[in-house]
Amino acid sequence: MKLVKSRLFWPAMALVTLLVVNIVVNPNFARITMRDGQLYGAMVDILRQSAPLMLVALGMTLVIATRGIDLSVGAIMAVSGAVALTIIDGSGDPDNVGTVAIAIGVAVLVSLVLGVWNGFLVSVLGIQPIIATLVLMLAGRGVALLITGGFITTVNSDPLSYIASGYLTLLPFAFFISVAVIAVIALLERRTALGMLTEAVGINPEASRLAGVRSRGIVWGAYIASGVLAGVAGIIYASNIKAADANAAGYLIELYAILAVVLGGTSLMGGKFSIAGTVIGVLTVQTLDSTILFFGVPSAQSPVFFAVVVIIVVLVQSPRVHAWGRKVGAMFRSSKETPRDGTPPGGATATSAPVATKPEHKEVSA
Amino acid sequence: MNEARPLVEIAGATVRFGAFAALDSVDFRMFPGEVHSLMGENGAGKSTLIKALTGALALDEGTLVLDGKTRHFTRPRDAQDAGISTVYQEVDLLDNLSVAENVLLGREPRRWGLIDTTAMRAEAARVLSDLGLDIDPASRLGSHPLAVQQLVAIARATSADVKVLVLDEPTSSLDLDEVAELFRVIRDLKERGVAILFVSHFLDQVYEMSDRITVLRDGALVGEYLTTQLLRIDLVKKMLGREVAEIAPRERVVEPEVPVEAVLSARGLTRAPGMVEADVDLAEGEVLGVAGLLGSGRTELARLLTGVDKPQAGIIRIDDTEERLDSPRRAMQLGVVYSSENRRTEGIIGGLSIQDNIILALQAQQGTWRRIRGEAARELATSWIEALGIKPADPDAPARTLSGGNQQKVLLARLLALSPRVLVLDEPTRGIDVGAKVEVQKLVGEMADNGLSVVFISAELEEVLRVGDRVAVVREGRVAETLASESLNPDTLMALVAQPDLPEA
Repeated sequence: MKLVKSRLFWPAMALVTLLVVNIVVNPNFARITMRDGQLYGAMVDILRQSAPLMLVALGMTLVIATRGIDLSVGAIMAVSGAVALTIIDGSGDPDNVGTVAIAIGVAVLVSLVLGVWNGFLVSVLGIQPIIATLVLMLAGRGVALLITGGFITTVNSDPLSYIASGYLTLLPFAFFISVAVIAVIALLERRTALGMLTEAVGINPEASRLAGVRSRGIVWGAYIASGVLAGVAGIIYASNIKAADANAAGYLIELYAILAVVLGGTSLMGGKFSIAGTVIGVLTVQTLDSTILFFGVPSAQSPVFFAVVVIIVVLVQSPRVHAWGRKVGAMFRSSKETPRDGTPPGGATATSAPVATKPEHKEVSA
Repeated sequence: MNEARPLVEIAGATVRFGAFAALDSVDFRMFPGEVHSLMGENGAGKSTLIKALTGALALDEGTLVLDGKTRHFTRPRDAQDAGISTVYQEVDLLDNLSVAENVLLGREPRRWGLIDTTAMRAEAARVLSDLGLDIDPASRLGSHPLAVQQLVAIARATSADVKVLVLDEPTSSLDLDEVAELFRVIRDLKERGVAILFVSHFLDQVYEMSDRITVLRDGALVGEYLTTQLLRIDLVKKMLGREVAEIAPRERVVEPEVPVEAVLSARGLTRAPGMVEADVDLAEGEVLGVAGLLGSGRTELARLLTGVDKPQAGIIRIDDTEERLDSPRRAMQLGVVYSSENRRTEGIIGGLSIQDNIILALQAQQGTWRRIRGEAARELATSWIEALGIKPADPDAPARTLSGGNQQKVLLARLLALSPRVLVLDEPTRGIDVGAKVEVQKLVGEMADNGLSVVFISAELEEVLRVGDRVAVVREGRVAETLASESLNPDTLMALVAQPDLPEA
């Protein structure tokens, strides 16, 4: 319990700080209004808009835990959206719930096949994950264009629009998709041995093999999960813009997903992973995205702003920076007090780290 | 030679990894114009000492004096600049570049900022001919056989102002003619006053080439000897170590005659390189000790018996049924389990807790979906922690923080939790302290008394004799003979292990 707390402490701090900064700069950020029994507001928007990134980042977490990486998620989103919308567009009745359900089913199935392909390249053929998934990353959007015939397919379908824009009682439907997926993965992690075996394979593949772990199946499964989740994300994205845009769908989302996973405290070296951490990481990235809008940063400069904040957040979480902060703190104290005062190495210095790094947060708000 | 001032003088060298000292206040010296062999079994500290000498690892304690000056190497480049060059077992050159480019990599002659190809070829040709090597500098390195590449690597190492040349297992992939050519080059360099550190597990070559031998064991210095004054049998003795028997030999349950009913028997197991037509029989409740030098095939045998490596030929029978052990997982299902000699890289999952490490194999057998429940897992872990005396007795402590002996016990617990029939242990007591060693030996005896069959591999001959009911001697990739422990003593076993490198005396 204590361990989980300490592992999630810095990621959570980063998110809270970002939210506080937003509220201080513009109190409207915190305002949530109720209309027709539905909640609206900037924070509700963050929950809604984060759904695609949430699904992709959760899949990415599993893949990264096995020491891999999946660069093809954006392309799979494009393919999935193209498949679903082409089917709906081709049917005579886009408002039929059954049609939309079939379209989504086929799209997710295609995404699953793409995940199987990635997993095959990595776990059976032993191709390095970054190269194996690069293949689909580059080819996938071409496939999506092929499906849509080179156009941006647009549809007007109420059941489809509901996925991204509709409300289920108080909150947006998309948010419930996120919650459902988080719940399923958390449940699998708790109730089956998937979490432990994935970590074992990620930390030491050879030792795991010698212990009789089916490493191949575990790694393969992670890529399949990543593919399926990217497929669902692609449908949410397409639902949001009511179109299948092969070039824009999931553009650069693989990098934002990796960022979210890392912000959540999961190491790119594989092994120990944290679903809760990834959830916090996704919310951080999405909040930052909204912050840019909220601050009215000109769109030409928004990537720079984004990058600066990411660097600060990453530095604040870095153990080396913590160690450095402690050292600086200790130097300050020892110069003021008599040397060798017998300060305990653990407790007293640990509290000095946040103090030493605090000014960095202030710079953000300034 | 003793009158000369040593070129390299290392005193009190200590390197620690956590609480474990890979090198414990070792003294080491090299004189100019000598070939010095560094000997020791796996984990003796050879690589650590080499890394400290070549700047790949910093010393935690101790001093390094080169040519009269105290040095502190923090990176390989420092050592290279000081005149210490290294040629590794695996050639680390670029085979898509020419021989000349490889020889002068990083020191290419330049004209107006660009590489002067003509000058480079001429310079490389000079370096190569100095060593008496007839290799075209313009040819692509990859077009040459491995032996030639090895010589190019040496040419590269010596083209700078080299004082010390480190050769780490340079002959392991060469044939006899190639070795002869390599030795000619080494003698040449020796004439020039270069101090050469030669590491090889071929005793013949060590005796042919070296003037002086330093022996390490368990990270500590055993001694430095003139080659002419050290008999081979004594060298082997010093490498393997002799310890006073801490426990009495266990009561033999099984008559050490030829076992009537074999639990596991292997015939003609072959896998190149390393294992040729090995035959093994293992009776129920029997401990079969395996004795052999490093590189003799003792580890290869263990891996073939447990499905880690697939044999190219030969069969394995379990209870008289022929079985294909094509993965460790399959072997485990048949009750044959393996503990690797490389505890850290092939055993422990360092980032996971003691509990997870203990239940890992059982969980893997149960399948991913049927998780061993929290309380059951905790009970299993704590009962094994108690039974084997694992310290700290905290199931949640990460396994990487444990000492070697406790990590070995965690591995044993993982395997025993499967209730196996055949336990294959490769160097289970290496690098662990004496107390833990005795406990592991005792444990093996107890398990065998309960009907478990054990294959026990160790570099320590006393240990093999003490623990094993019978001893299989492995030599040059073959199971040379299998004898009852009673018929052997450490000296006779030593002679069997060291053959055919026995001195004429």
